[in-house]
Amino acid sequence: MILSTGDLQAVILTLELALVVTAVLFVAGTPIAWWLARTKSRWKGPIGAVVALPLVLPPSVLGFYLLLAMGPNGPVGRLTNALGIDPLPFTFEGLVLASVFYSLPFMVQPLQNAFEAIGDRPLEAAATLRASPLNAFFTVALPLALPGFLTAGVLTFAHTVGEFGVVLMIGGNIPGITRVASVQIYDHVEALEYGEAHSLAAVMLIFSFLVLLTVYAWRPGAKKA
Amino acid sequence: MTKDQIQARFLLNWPGFSLDIDLTLPGRGVSALFGQSGSGKTTLLRCMAGLERAGQGFLSFKDEIWQNGKTWLPPHRRPIGYVFQEASLFPHLSVLNNLQYGRKRIPEARQTDLDPIIDLFGIGHLLDRKPDRLSGGERQRVGIARALAVNPRLLLMDEPLSALDSARKQEILPYLEKLRDRLDIPIVYVSHSPDEVARLADYLVAMNNGKVVTHGPLKETLARIDLPIRLGEEAGVVLDAVVAERDPQWHLAKLDFPGGSLWTRDKGIALGRRVRVRVLARDISLACDNREHSSIQNVLPGEVEAITDDEHPGLALVSVKVGPSVLVARLTKRAAHRLEITPGQAVWLQIKSVALME
Repeated sequence: MILSTGDLQAVILTLELALVVTAVLFVAGTPIAWWLARTKSRWKGPIGAVVALPLVLPPSVLGFYLLLAMGPNGPVGRLTNALGIDPLPFTFEGLVLASVFYSLPFMVQPLQNAFEAIGDRPLEAAATLRASPLNAFFTVALPLALPGFLTAGVLTFAHTVGEFGVVLMIGGNIPGITRVASVQIYDHVEALEYGEAHSLAAVMLIFSFLVLLTVYAWRPGAKKA
Repeated sequence: MTKDQIQARFLLNWPGFSLDIDLTLPGRGVSALFGQSGSGKTTLLRCMAGLERAGQGFLSFKDEIWQNGKTWLPPHRRPIGYVFQEASLFPHLSVLNNLQYGRKRIPEARQTDLDPIIDLFGIGHLLDRKPDRLSGGERQRVGIARALAVNPRLLLMDEPLSALDSARKQEILPYLEKLRDRLDIPIVYVSHSPDEVARLADYLVAMNNGKVVTHGPLKETLARIDLPIRLGEEAGVVLDAVVAERDPQWHLAKLDFPGGSLWTRDKGIALGRRVRVRVLARDISLACDNREHSSIQNVLPGEVEAITDDEHPGLALVSVKVGPSVLVARLTKRAAHRLEITPGQAVWLQIKSVALME
C-alpha cells in the first residue's frame, strides 16, 4: 500500500495536530479534571456539563461558534488582533485551539474518573506525612492515576485524529496546513478517487484499531492494593 | 496556656451532626477518645490533625497554637503522626518507601534512624514488598511505623485495630503496649472497645453525640459509678499491680495492688514487673461474711463507697474501697436489698476472675 505525497502530508499533519492537542490537553485538562473530581462547589455540575458538551454537539455547531469567536469580530479574534497575531481561522494554530475544545471531554473524563477512584484517603495520608497539597498531587495522585492518564492521552489523540467537521469549519482544506487525513479522504471520494480513498481509509482504520487495542488490552499498574 | 497540655475547643455543624468540644488533654501518656460510632470521636481527632476544619475552633499543643480564629495550620505543617483505621499505605510504593515518604519530608535535624522502628514492629523482612502483598496485620504495623517515622510530637490513632479480626488485634496490641511504654510523646487514641481502652489508656475521654460526657484519668474515671459512662457488660476498673509472687505448684501468680493482692494464672511474667489488672464489675460478688468454703480464691475485705443504678433496671453498681483502691461490683438490686448494702458498710469482695494486661 503506497500513499501519495499528498496523502502522506495529510497523515503527518494529522499526527502532528493530534500530538500537539494531546500535549496541550494534558496540561490544561488535568487541573480541570482534578477540580471536578475533588470540588464540593455547586459549580461542579455546570462546569462538568460544559466540558462534556463536545460529546453530544454536532462538530459543525462547535466549529461554527469557534469560527465566530476567532473571526475578526469575535472575542478571540479581537484578542489576536490586539496582540498583532494573524487571525486564527484557516491556520494550524486555529485548528489546535478548536481541537482542544473538541477533544476536551476525552481528556477530562477519564482523568476525573481516575482521580475520583483514588479517593481522599491517600491524599490525607500524604498530608499527615508532611506533603503539601501540590507535592501530594505529584507524588501520590499522579502515580496512582497513571492508568487514567494513559487512557485519557490515547483517547484524546485518537479522537483528534478522527475529527472532521470542526476541521472543515475552522481550517478549511489547505494542503500542509489544515488538510488532515479525514479531509483528504473526503476529497478523494468527492473526486471519485476510490482507490486512494481506500488506501488512506485502511491506514486510518488499522491505526485507530491499534490505538484502541492499546487502551483496552494493555493496562499497566491497573491493579489496586 | 499551660505548657504541657493539649487544649481543644471545636464547634462544628454538619447536617445531622454537630461537634461541640472544650477539652484539655494531658501532654503525656495515652488519652483515649471513647464512644459509640457517631459520637464524634473520629471527627475530633481529624480536627486535631487538621484533616477537618471546624469553623470555630482553638487548638494548642503544648506551647504552640495550631488553630485560633483565622490562624489554622494545615495538616502537613503539624508535627503529628496519624494512623488511620485502614493502614492507608501508598499502594504504588514499597514498604520501605512508604516509611521513607514522611521521614524524608521532615527537617534533617529531626530525622531519626528507621531501624529501631522497623525492629519494634518486626517489619524488617517486608521492606521490599508492595502493600498488596501484606496481610492486614502487617499493613497496620507498617502504617503505625510510617506515622512514627516522621518523629512526631503527637501521635493520633483512629481505631487502628477496628479493621482487623480478633486474632490480628491480639497480634498488634502488644506492639501498641510497647509503643506506649517506650514513646515519650502523647498519644490520642480513638476507640470504641472498652478492652483496648483498659489496656492502653492513661486518660479517658468518653464521648456521645458530639460532646464530651466525662473525662479524667482512666483509673479514677472507671471507678466512679456516678459518671454517665455506660459500659454494660464491660463495666469494671483497672488497677496498677506488681507481680509479687509466683507459685510454681499451682501455676499462679500473686499481684499486689495498693490495698490488697489478687491471685491469677501465671502467665510467666517476671517477679517485680508492673502490670495492669482489669477487674470487671460482673466478676465481683459481695458478701457480708468471709465464707471459707468457696471455689473463689480472691476474697478481699472492703468498705462500700456508693451504690447506683446500672443500665438494666434490675441491676446496681456498687463501688467498694479496698485500701486506697476502688473496685466496682455489679449485683442485682434484690441482692443489694437483701444484703442491705449501704455506704460505709464493711463487705467481702469475691472476685471470680481478673484479666492481667502486661
